[in-house]
Amino acid sequence: MIRIVYLGRLADAAGKSESQFVSSSGDLDWPDILALLDDHVREGLADAVRDERVKVALNGEVLADREGLIARHGDEIAFLPPVSGG
Amino acid sequence: MRDIRLLTQMFIPGTLIGPFTQANPGLGGVCTFVGEVRQDQGVEALELTHYEPLTLPGMHSLADRAFARFSLMGLLMVHRVGVMRPGEPIVCVSAAALHRRDAIDAVDFCMDHLKSAAWFWKREKRATQNGESQWHWIEPREQDHSDLARWHS
Repeated sequence: MIRIVYLGRLADAAGKSESQFVSSSGDLDWPDILALLDDHVREGLADAVRDERVKVALNGEVLADREGLIARHGDEIAFLPPVSGG
Repeated sequence: MRDIRLLTQMFIPGTLIGPFTQANPGLGGVCTFVGEVRQDQGVEALELTHYEPLTLPGMHSLADRAFARFSLMGLLMVHRVGVMRPGEPIVCVSAAALHRRDAIDAVDFCMDHLKSAAWFWKREKRATQNGESQWHWIEPREQDHSDLARWHS
């Protein structure tokens, strides 16, 4: 199971605040995840996430290179749009 | 004395500031900032969402930087999440130090970072002309980034 969390306006774009995927083919890389978002969550979500201002966290760590992401069973991915501050 | 918290319920800043001041005996000054939900025209509510694995750890890291940068005796940093009404407090930052400049600057530093670099997403519920209400996400402001840039020199 891989958990994906959508923050801020990305929760609106996804129509939900999180999704869970079971990967039958093992690890998921960045293109796999973008394809899942469009095919199984909502069309257009992959484009919303591709916005370069969207940061990606894996298990609570913000990735310096989001396109190098490899998600494994038990991981949590978060898509973080620009913050609007406190 | 260091007290960093995220709160999901309404809080009364005075009930935090008194004990915080008492917990730093021998201080020379305390500076406190309280931010509240503005009573803007048509705004009925403000909602702040956060991401548990990042938001509170980020506030702790900000507190670490404040302690490293200023001579502080204590730092209180309390932030609300959830739905708030106009007039409700959102944030309270209080710094205790031997000298006023450290206390004042530490609060200013923490607020600029909380406003522009902390992991919070904000949306407002605004009244529409037909009497219904709609939620609108709030985008980052240029001013917040220029406020932050003051601390990079």
